[in-house]
Amino acid sequence: MKLITAVIKPFKLDEVREALSALGVQGITVTEVKGFGRQKGHTELYRGAEYVVDFLPKVKIETAVSEDIAERVTEAIEQAARTGKIGDGKIFVTDIEQVIRIRTGETGAEAL
Amino acid sequence: MKSRFASPALGLSLLLGSGLALAQAAAPEAAASAAAVAAEAAPKVDSGDTAWMLTSTLLVILMTIPGLALFYGGLTRSKNMLSVLMQVFVVFSLISILWAVFGYSLAFSGEGNFVGGFDKLFLKGVTTDTIGALATIPEYVFVAFQGTFAAITVALIVGSFAERMKFSAVLVFSALWFALSYVPMAHIVWGGGLLAQDGALDFAGGTVVHINAGIAGLVGAYVVGKRVGFGREAFTPHSLTLTMVGASLLWVGWFGFNAGSAGAANGTAGLAFVNTVLATAAATLGWCAGEAMHKGKASMLGAASGAVGGLVAITPAAGFVGPMGSIVIGALAGLVCLWGVSGLKRLLKADDAFDVFGVHGVGGILGAILTGVFAAPALGGTAAADFAMGAQVWIQVKSVLFTIAWSGVVSVVLYKLVDLMIGLRVTEEEERQGLDISSHGETAYNR
Repeated sequence: MKLITAVIKPFKLDEVREALSALGVQGITVTEVKGFGRQKGHTELYRGAEYVVDFLPKVKIETAVSEDIAERVTEAIEQAARTGKIGDGKIFVTDIEQVIRIRTGETGAEAL
Repeated sequence: MKSRFASPALGLSLLLGSGLALAQAAAPEAAASAAAVAAEAAPKVDSGDTAWMLTSTLLVILMTIPGLALFYGGLTRSKNMLSVLMQVFVVFSLISILWAVFGYSLAFSGEGNFVGGFDKLFLKGVTTDTIGALATIPEYVFVAFQGTFAAITVALIVGSFAERMKFSAVLVFSALWFALSYVPMAHIVWGGGLLAQDGALDFAGGTVVHINAGIAGLVGAYVVGKRVGFGREAFTPHSLTLTMVGASLLWVGWFGFNAGSAGAANGTAGLAFVNTVLATAAATLGWCAGEAMHKGKASMLGAASGAVGGLVAITPAAGFVGPMGSIVIGALAGLVCLWGVSGLKRLLKADDAFDVFGVHGVGGILGAILTGVFAAPALGGTAAADFAMGAQVWIQVKSVLFTIAWSGVVSVVLYKLVDLMIGLRVTEEEERQGLDISSHGETAYNR
């Protein structure tokens, strides 16, 4: 079982969600985050005070999938989220030790 | 007209709402009936004027709660939002009471150069029949109207030392400063004191309200000290939406402040009204233009601040200058106050959190001096044909310098005194946590 974490540009969320649905991925968790890589921030001006804001708004998607579809999932996210410009984001793949469905108590692959 | 008809007649008059005419017709207690007859002979209450003055009073209250509260509130960080709202709201309440108890008496009764007398302590002698400084308005209405000015002046100051002052210190300082700076200045300029005798022109309170508060704010910023993290951490306003709402309420309410200072529903009120539209609009555009030229973008905070700067600058001038003059005053205020919150602020090196001095102090000084210029009939002003601009500008400058000196000295002494008595500032940990939690046990926004 793999946990796929992707940090993407916020406006790409819908496209990525649709691409994941098309693959049969049942559930995702979405968080609003901020961060930066190589993309530059902006300056804000409040009266005489100028602030450089490095952090950019991003969206983090997490989804737990079985190992056999993990590669197709990452490819789908990559294609849906890509714009070709700096700041597109990154995808992280990590191992999951255990998954439990709270409602029924199912574990492992059945809980995905 | 005998006293046994007094109570039911007075009660009826209140119910009927055209009460003022009826209250005059029904004689009050025997002791005051002679005064009432004398009052009827000379000044006479005008219902149109009174209705307008009651309305103006309402508008000025709205300027403070919630206008000023939201204007400042939007500028603060969210962890301090409630503390800003609290300070404005509670200071308004406190000063309203103190005004009725002794402020009105010391400002507007008696003959001193600096303060009046205690004749009307606890509003003694003020009845529904008496008339105060304005000939066609019941004295109670005058008391209420002037009280709102006192309250907003003191409330303005909290914007300077915001985000780090102890709530108790805010209240104690406010009460003392009201007594020793606002009340005397009100008497000196409007109550027949020194500057009134000098011929200083201050229509609605450029000196009494704005320079007075602006200086007190600046001094406070110095004495209380900079906020923790000033210059290193980002102190971004948490809701410029609310600041715009506050600025709009200030603008609308200011029609009561300026046009109400005409004291009557007449042409002067109309002039002040028009000037309050035009100067503010010009200042908004001026500040935006200044920002666009200097930094490339006009901002909402800039537009809102420009508007307030224009309102401040036209305050002393509103009934004395012509509409075109007010446009010039406003445009200049937009640019000069922009400098006040940027270049000048950097020079002064004080952490005046919401730019009380940069907007109210600077705008008030500019407006007071320009009043002396644009009151000239040649420039569309309302002064008499023999108006001497140079002489008047000098009188204005003197009134500005006097206000700066009085407010400055009183403020320094009082801040130090309150610091010795109870301490001015919260601890660093309380400041970091946010005053909402540390001073008031609440959070503004529950996420």
